[in-house]
Order: sequence, then C-alpha cells, then structure tokens
Amino acid sequence: MENSLLEALQRAFQPIFSLNQEVLNITLLSLRVSGTAVLIGALIGVPIGTVLGLRRFRGKQILIRFVDITLRSIVNTFMGLPPVVVGLAVYLLLTASGPLGPLGLLYTPTAMIITQLVMVVPIIIGITMSAVGSVEKAIREKALSLGATDRQAAWMVLKEARMGMLTAIIVAFGAAISEVGGIMITGGNIRWFTRTLTTAIVVEVELGNFALAISLGIILLSMSFAINVMLTIIQLRGAER
Amino acid sequence: MIAFIILAFVVASVFAYEQYLSSQKSVVVLATTTSTYDSGLLDYLMPKFESKYGVSVHIISVGTGQAIETAKRGDADLVLVHSKKLELEFTNSTYGIHRVGVMYNDFIIIGPTNDSAGINGLTNTTEAFKRIANKGAEGNAIFVSRADRSGTNMLELSIWIKLGMAPSNTTQAWYLEAGASMGTVLRMANEKGAYTLTDRATWLSFRSQLSRMAVLVQSDEQLLNPYAVILVNPEKYPRRNYKMAVALAKFMISEEGQNLIASFIKEGETLFTPIARNLELAKKLGFPDQEYELAWYDAQP
Repeated sequence: MENSLLEALQRAFQPIFSLNQEVLNITLLSLRVSGTAVLIGALIGVPIGTVLGLRRFRGKQILIRFVDITLRSIVNTFMGLPPVVVGLAVYLLLTASGPLGPLGLLYTPTAMIITQLVMVVPIIIGITMSAVGSVEKAIREKALSLGATDRQAAWMVLKEARMGMLTAIIVAFGAAISEVGGIMITGGNIRWFTRTLTTAIVVEVELGNFALAISLGIILLSMSFAINVMLTIIQLRGAER
Repeated sequence: MIAFIILAFVVASVFAYEQYLSSQKSVVVLATTTSTYDSGLLDYLMPKFESKYGVSVHIISVGTGQAIETAKRGDADLVLVHSKKLELEFTNSTYGIHRVGVMYNDFIIIGPTNDSAGINGLTNTTEAFKRIANKGAEGNAIFVSRADRSGTNMLELSIWIKLGMAPSNTTQAWYLEAGASMGTVLRMANEKGAYTLTDRATWLSFRSQLSRMAVLVQSDEQLLNPYAVILVNPEKYPRRNYKMAVALAKFMISEEGQNLIASFIKEGETLFTPIARNLELAKKLGFPDQEYELAWYDAQP
C-alpha cells in the first residue's frame, strides 16, 4: 500500500495537466450545478436575508417580535440541515411515483441543482441577515443623526453590507461544491451525466482507482483554496475601513 | 421588485437550458448491480449499443434489491440483476415483465491466505460457512457480509439459512455487516484478513489490490450466479422509455451482445459466460421460460 500511495500521488497530476476529457466533464458539471444553485440561491436569499436583517422589522410589538424570532430560528435550523437529508427529501419529491414524478427530473443535473438550492438558500439568508444586522447597528443611528431619512439610512446600510452579502455567496458556493451525499441520491452519479468532483471521488475510491481519486481531490481542494483566498481578501478589505 | 423578475428569468432560462440538454439524446435508464458495474462489463458493452441507436444509457449502480426497488418506483426503464428470489418477486408484482437470462458467472469464497477456518479446497459452501462460523465464535475468523440486499447478499443469506442461522453483528461479533458494494467489501476483507463471498468477476477486477486474499472455495453448484434482464412494465409507468428498454434488452441477448459479453476479458480471464441462446443451460440456471421469452423479444420491432 505504501508504494501504491506514492505511485498514486505521482500519477495523480497527469489527468489534470493532460486535460483528460472525463475529468473536464466532471469539473464543469460541478461548477455548473453548484454555480447555478448559488446564483438562484443568491437571488432568493439575499433579498430575504436583507429584509430579515434590517431593524425596521424588529418592531417593539410583541407579535412582530414573535414572528421575527420564529423566522430567525427557522433560518438557523435550516442552515444546519444535513445535505444528505435534503437529498432524501428531494428524492421523495421527484421519484416517478412521487408528487413531482411526472416532471421526470430524477437522476438529472436539474435534480442536483434543486438539491443544492435548498441547501444553499438558508446559508445565504442566514449570513446576509447577520451581516446586514450588524452593519445596520453600526450605521443607522449615525445616518439618522446626520439628517438622513429612514429610506436613505436603509440604503446606506445595504451599500455597507455589500461585502457581507458577497461573503454569504462565497461561503454558500464553498458548501455546495464540496457537497456529496444529497446530490448522489438525487443525481444517481451517472457517468458523463450526473457525476461531479465529489461523487466521482466516491466511485473512484470504490473501484480502487486512487490516482484518479486524488486528481479529483486536488482539483476540489484548489477550488476550496481559491474560495478561501477570496473570502480572506474581502475580510481584510472590510477590516481596513 | 426587480430581483424577483431577474430571479424568475434566471430560473426559467436554467430550466429551459437543462431541458434542451436532456432532449438532445434519447435516454434509457438501466438499474443494475454494483458487481456488474464495477467489473467494467457495462462500460465495455454499452458504447456499442449507444452508437448503434443514438441513445444514452444512464446506469444506476446499486445492489440488486435496490435496483429492483428503483425500477418498481418507476425511476428506471429496465434492470440487470442477479437474485432469482428477488427477480421473481419483481415479476410476480407485475411491475417487472419478460425476465430473460443473459449471462452467468460464479461466486467464490475468498479469505486470508493463512485460512484460519481451514476451508481451502472445499467444494461444499455450506460446510465452509459452518467452519467459518465455528472459528468465528472462537474469535479466530471474521466474515464480512454485503448486508445490502444485493444478489451476492441474498445468496450468502440463503446459505446461512441452510445452517439454521441468520447471523447479525449484534449476536455474532465475527459477522460484519458492511452495507456496501462488492469492491468496498473486498477491500474491507483484505484490510481485516476476513472471509467473504464474492462474484468471480469483481474478484478478478480487484485482485491486484487484495494482497492478503486468496480464492478458497469454488465450483459448488450452489455458487452459480446467473444474471437476468427484466423490463419495467409500461402499463405501470407509461412515461418511461419502454421502446429503448426493449432494444437494450434485445441487444444484450442478441448474438452480437452475447459475443461481446464472451469477449470481455480482464486479467486474462473471461468474467461472464453468455447463456441467452443456450436453452439447456438457461433452464438449468433458473430460466424455464427462456425459449418463450427469446421468441417474444425476437418478435419485437
């Protein structure tokens, strides 16, 4: 095994540099599925997160407070939802004998996008909510005291929270690209069709093709690394202000 | 709000794009077993069919039981599996139709080269299992089970039943229930120096990775492993690709398909022996209606 590990590492870089057709297909699919899920997720999650984060909706009336607390708790719970459970739920929805069966979406990239969308939206809502909320605290009073109207103050808060929203999107992408359980259930890990970096690693490990599995792992890690670099730059920029 | 309009537009275009992509080629979904898939046979066989018919074969690779359940739920067009008991349950339920024998290989018991249970050379599987159980109870042997309702698992369980046993890890510490595919179980057995039941094809495919394992028991009639293909009843799921499912099944039992199966070689050995057109052998292996089914398939357009 020790020999083969070293060999595997040596052979691992080959498929990446030779732009092996299958590796390319797998990588592009990962980007397409997670990218689309995050794009749509951002369009849904950022507005909702903003609304939940702005102080306006934290009124003093008990009813509003109650609704506010409930909504926040729900968001937090769903942020921690295990992706494989999401996969199970989406599978039950899309299976031919299930409610959305006639759409014929099971075992397709669309099903995988839906799975990741459900996983990603709470994350984006949660982080945006938190970012907008904390910016809002810092800025709103000052803005109002300088003579801004309610609307203008809210707009300023949103502009300041831009970085927070970006963080939400980047974190969501990181979670989506490394997800494996849910998309395996709803995608079926079909070669050339619904096999992504993560699910391909599972299959290649199962078959004992460790060199290929390591290649895929390296690509995945590189993406993770790039994501973290972006996050760090954003955070440093934010701290400089 | 603008965001909402943009959102609707993005979702609609994504959906349209995905639908466009999937309408490019007709798709037929084959649910099959990990042992068939991991052997590499399907990656060898399917391209010929795909180019001939301009269709994409999507292969879902799980255990026999799961493959049949998938088909029963209408998520596949046909199955290629190997457990007579589960196959007949499937056809009796009327969700599966036109079961026909395609090929066979055999199972073998593999185990650690030091063979603590002393089963090397036996041709009686039941006796071999008995010895493993006895040694296991003493703490000197381990058995890894697929524990996933796969064809391999079903056969394994049928042998334990002959010994009046239904082992589980809770009562027998030497019996490990992996719940995993054949490849994974083989590597697990190798790591632990354990015994396991495997089909010969997967063994040959993985042999080079299994340095501590050797073939110990083989050539028992109980260990014959025939594979069947069964179509999903279009009356139950009219929206599935029945036409291509029939075409794929026909391909597998055609002379061309059968020759391809016979020519699939790994590590210098043929992994599967075709049986579709060999009526006597097919009957012996549990396909009494082979002649009838062949005639039916040959009559399909």
